[in-house]
Amino acid sequence: MTQDSDLTRLTLAQARDGLRAKSFSAQELTRSFIDRVAASDKLNAYILATPELALEAATRSDKRLADGDARPLEGLPIGVKDLFCTSGVRTTACSDILGDFTPTYESKVTENLWQDGALMLGKLNNDEFAMGSSNETSAFGPCINPWQTDDKTPLVPGGSSGGSSAAVAARLGLAATATDTGGSIRQPAALTGTVGLKPTYGRCSRWGIVAFASSLDQAGPIARTVRDSAIMLTSMAGHDARDTTSADISVPDFEAALTGDIRGLRVGVPQEYRVDAMPSEIETLWQQGMDWMRDAGAEIVDVSLPHTKYALPAYYIIAPAEASSNLARYDGVRYGARKPGADIDDMYAQTRGAGFGEEVQRRLLIGTYALSAGYYDAYYLKALQVRRLIAQDFEKAYEKCDVLLTPTTPSAAFALDKAQADPLEMYLNDVFTVTVNLAGLPGISVPAGLDANGLPLGLQLIGKAFGEEELLRAAEVLETAAGFSSEPTEWWNAS
Amino acid sequence: MVRRIAGLARIQVAEEKLPGLARELSAILGFVEQLSEVDTQGVHPYTSPVETQIKARADEVTDGGYPDDILANAPEKDDGYFAVPKVVE
Repeated sequence: MTQDSDLTRLTLAQARDGLRAKSFSAQELTRSFIDRVAASDKLNAYILATPELALEAATRSDKRLADGDARPLEGLPIGVKDLFCTSGVRTTACSDILGDFTPTYESKVTENLWQDGALMLGKLNNDEFAMGSSNETSAFGPCINPWQTDDKTPLVPGGSSGGSSAAVAARLGLAATATDTGGSIRQPAALTGTVGLKPTYGRCSRWGIVAFASSLDQAGPIARTVRDSAIMLTSMAGHDARDTTSADISVPDFEAALTGDIRGLRVGVPQEYRVDAMPSEIETLWQQGMDWMRDAGAEIVDVSLPHTKYALPAYYIIAPAEASSNLARYDGVRYGARKPGADIDDMYAQTRGAGFGEEVQRRLLIGTYALSAGYYDAYYLKALQVRRLIAQDFEKAYEKCDVLLTPTTPSAAFALDKAQADPLEMYLNDVFTVTVNLAGLPGISVPAGLDANGLPLGLQLIGKAFGEEELLRAAEVLETAAGFSSEPTEWWNAS
Repeated sequence: MVRRIAGLARIQVAEEKLPGLARELSAILGFVEQLSEVDTQGVHPYTSPVETQIKARADEVTDGGYPDDILANAPEKDDGYFAVPKVVE
């Protein structure tokens, strides 16, 4: 197959339009992706491929396309993070404790995608229970970044949605679902040259998504372009009575918001994001981003988010506290892998000691400690108060601007095992992304350039609550100005 | 201390792992200690980005009636119930 006719090179929007124009069939498109997935074991992006299910769905889609009955995502193959429950298909959150858990129900977000005609290529790797920034805590082993430097050292794809970012970067799906609790969509997107969109808290239903920290978790897409992200979000979003925090507001056609016109938009630049030891190339890229936005007619405004430095400490109380409560359900009784014990209490402890990995155990212990008698006020309550101050910082900043522009990460992709040794060093990856989760705001990472070693770097735009249309419009302008077109060398492809 | 917290969390931790875990947890708690610098006098705790009232609905059964689905993934089941080691002697 020549490069031009390789259907996996199409964006999701192009594939959609090609299917409608009958340039190719959904089965042809799906087979192209299935073949690439089958040759991608070295990346370990998919932990469970479902080619038969994909082809069955593609056959149904071809019939609908022939009948002129195509739905918005008809016949478009995507990958699904293993945090989303998929009916009849093993779902583990990449934890041993879930064993071969096979849901009898479908998450609301994936159900929305299938109802709009998308089809699933398989389940994607992630950090265990989404706890990590490198995809190294997965029970299925690390996922490897398709991007490498000249010395061929294996690099992490970011995390927790590392399988999603690697799959999209390696063209193992037109897009992927992902989740973001402290940066788990945007950071992996930045490290793989892809677009990652974390919507406003409440935009997508959390029903059927394995819970990590319920007041922070939010589903969103990783895709190759801003337009593809907008198309994905339009299908993923929507009110759901089964998630009481799901927002009962209408879902606009996000793609229609991409007008390319940001004249008069006020782009805020928070001074507190100039952290110590930030590589000069990220500083330079950030400045470049401001120039691009100004050239497109936006106005750059200096703003202050004074409590930024307290975001990570607050997060590392709030997220583990919520996790310690959420993960209490894994006790070896109703599902998952049980380990025998002397009595029922010992059975719980043996099951959880064997089933949870080290990072998950660390966080559960921190969370349990922070919520325990005598420490609740000093840690948990204090963190919730700081969280309000962080949210208020954004409210004040948005009196002066419409969106914020920041780097997505403090560095490009790093080597496996590099940060694993020190949990705190790993946590610093989320320094620019975690504030957004604490305040419940939407944020997007757009690939903006390469570092000196040829690795992708991302810029982040942050919007107002439920301001995804404005955010996506600005992101597309940034994407166009950056003109990121680099691709990783296909060292992994076994075909 | 770590042994006590692990007991509360119902996580069996091997004896030889306790010292390393204690060091890591102390480092993390040292890091979050920065929060004490912030003046939070009178600040209302923030529990959720969604500030609206949770909707009420009619108090009626809206779900259920599929015990086989519920038990489908049980490590051990018996006659339509989850089965666990003996709790009462």
